[in-house]
Amino acid sequence: MSGTEMRYVQAVAQALRDSMEQDQSIVLLGEDIAAAGGSFKATRGLLDAYGPERVRDTPISEASIVSAAVGAALTGLKPVVEIMFMDFITLAMDALVNQAAKARFMFGGQGSVPMVLRAPHGGGLNAGPQHSQCLEAWLAHVPGLKVVCPADPQDAYALLRASIEDPDPVVFVEHKGLYARKGLVDPTVRAEIGKARVTRAGRDVTLVTYGATVFTCLQAADALATEGIEAEVIDLRSIQPWDRATVLESLSRTHRAVVVHEAVQAFGVGAEIVATLADEGFDELDAPVLRVAAPFMPVPFASSLEQGYAVSVDAVVAAVRKTLS
Amino acid sequence: MSNKQTQLAGAEVQDRRLALYRTMTLVRQVEQALSRLFADSEVPGFIHLSVGQEAVAAGIASAMEAQDSLATTHRGHGHVLARGIDVDGFFKEIMGRAGGLCQGRGGSMHVADLSLGILGANGIVGAGIPIALGSAMAHAVRKTQGVAVAFFGDGAMAEGVLHETLNMAALWKLPLLLVCENNGWSEFSPTSRQFAATLEGLASAFGIAYARVDGNDALAVSDAARAAVPGLRTGNGPFVLECITHRVRGHFEGDPQKYRDAEEIQSLAAHDPLARARVALIEGGATAEQVDTLDAEAAGRVEAAIAAARADTLPSFEAALADVYTHGARA
Repeated sequence: MSGTEMRYVQAVAQALRDSMEQDQSIVLLGEDIAAAGGSFKATRGLLDAYGPERVRDTPISEASIVSAAVGAALTGLKPVVEIMFMDFITLAMDALVNQAAKARFMFGGQGSVPMVLRAPHGGGLNAGPQHSQCLEAWLAHVPGLKVVCPADPQDAYALLRASIEDPDPVVFVEHKGLYARKGLVDPTVRAEIGKARVTRAGRDVTLVTYGATVFTCLQAADALATEGIEAEVIDLRSIQPWDRATVLESLSRTHRAVVVHEAVQAFGVGAEIVATLADEGFDELDAPVLRVAAPFMPVPFASSLEQGYAVSVDAVVAAVRKTLS
Repeated sequence: MSNKQTQLAGAEVQDRRLALYRTMTLVRQVEQALSRLFADSEVPGFIHLSVGQEAVAAGIASAMEAQDSLATTHRGHGHVLARGIDVDGFFKEIMGRAGGLCQGRGGSMHVADLSLGILGANGIVGAGIPIALGSAMAHAVRKTQGVAVAFFGDGAMAEGVLHETLNMAALWKLPLLLVCENNGWSEFSPTSRQFAATLEGLASAFGIAYARVDGNDALAVSDAARAAVPGLRTGNGPFVLECITHRVRGHFEGDPQKYRDAEEIQSLAAHDPLARARVALIEGGATAEQVDTLDAEAAGRVEAAIAAARADTLPSFEAALADVYTHGARA
């Protein structure tokens, strides 16, 4: 693939910059995004490029920032809000769930709410129980919201562009642990929300995943390959909507599946996928569909504890072996 | 002022009183009709009537221009009617018909008309306030010269988003008119037991201009709004207007209001904004028959809207399901 090598976080910044260059109605809102360039530097340089009207440092008022984005979106702007850690969306749930998600529907389709909420999720940084959570399943449960979760710089760029262009509210979930990851980014490549990608082809088992555990699954696939087991890895890239067709097509070839994610397993994204495979893919299954995800506990702080919490390559390998046994 | 100037000013005031009364009597007729329709089970769900608060709606709307926007509350019928929402579409919505402004998907608590800058009534107390904040920000960024109006009740003074919004509106000098309809009641509790501060004190804490007005005097509300709006349009920053009024009906229709003193409710007739406006109109030279005619016109408009709603079809479930997202149902 052609393109420029950049880090994931730089791809986010580049997508914001390129979008703002093309569309004057795009404004950025968030805590420390302007003068400081963002807690993770995803908005670095944008204040200088577009000024304080369009790149706005907000007070620490998540509820009203996100609500203001709804009002601005209904009044001709396309706001992109940064919530510093995904954990903090709890403070903005009315804005997301009762306002942004429902405005189009409950106003009878008079208009839509073209806003993006960017938020980094994920652990691995010893950030503790209130700065590490993966809460995307909550939002995928709400009709009216879209939920996107890119794993690499190219998708971070292309899917953020697509999210900003989307007429409906999109929650764009980034991963703190992936921000430094490098990859080639071709700005001419377009992505469609709701389309998965087969990241690695394989014939024996389908690994369905998204976000940082894409790389866990790729490592597991490498390890399994040494035993002669060829795992197909599907990066969903988008949780709501999610690409059933690609997953079911893969299952029709492999007849076995394991769903892997960093978020808590119980009532999670994996539960929806497994239920769909059990329902629509029942005739294709040669083994129960397994899940590998976080235990039912808050994300712990200490490195030793967080390692126990995180989804490991070994756990994915073990689950694949179990489906093949 | 010469006698002639005084006469001209008097005529202008009388014209404004007539226009305000025309709006108020429409709101009153709508609310009374809804009360009847609700009792007869023709209106489903929950409705919250603004009987007794019509002067606020009429007065604020009289100061708004085409490019302005507003977000309102669960008790928002008056605000959207005063803004000029289509009365047929309004009744069709509240009666759950296909031709409703929101195609029967929102109902009383979500009436909206984006073409009029009405960003919705709202079922969540206080939620319209930061939505109006964002709308005001959009007016500023887009340089529309528009003003966003946030209507809220005194119950919303205890909501955090009001405090956050006051802060941001002041920091950014946004064209946001915050209109509190203070009717003394936070749902079933007197606001005096719910809120330790005052709105004036709150506005002062953020350095925001504030005025209090008799919210049952439409001309006074109109004057106060017209005094506030020019500064909003020229970048002076937000304005808080507290309108003291009274809630005549219960929190919701069907609320027996057992928590309220019967004498208090009986005393409300003396404050009735329409009765007061009628007296002022007649003192200004109108005849009782002229005022009666305004009432009759409004009643006729409402009856026609109800008839149209009754005749309308029910909404399509499939159309609703397909309209959760702009580009149809999810994959």
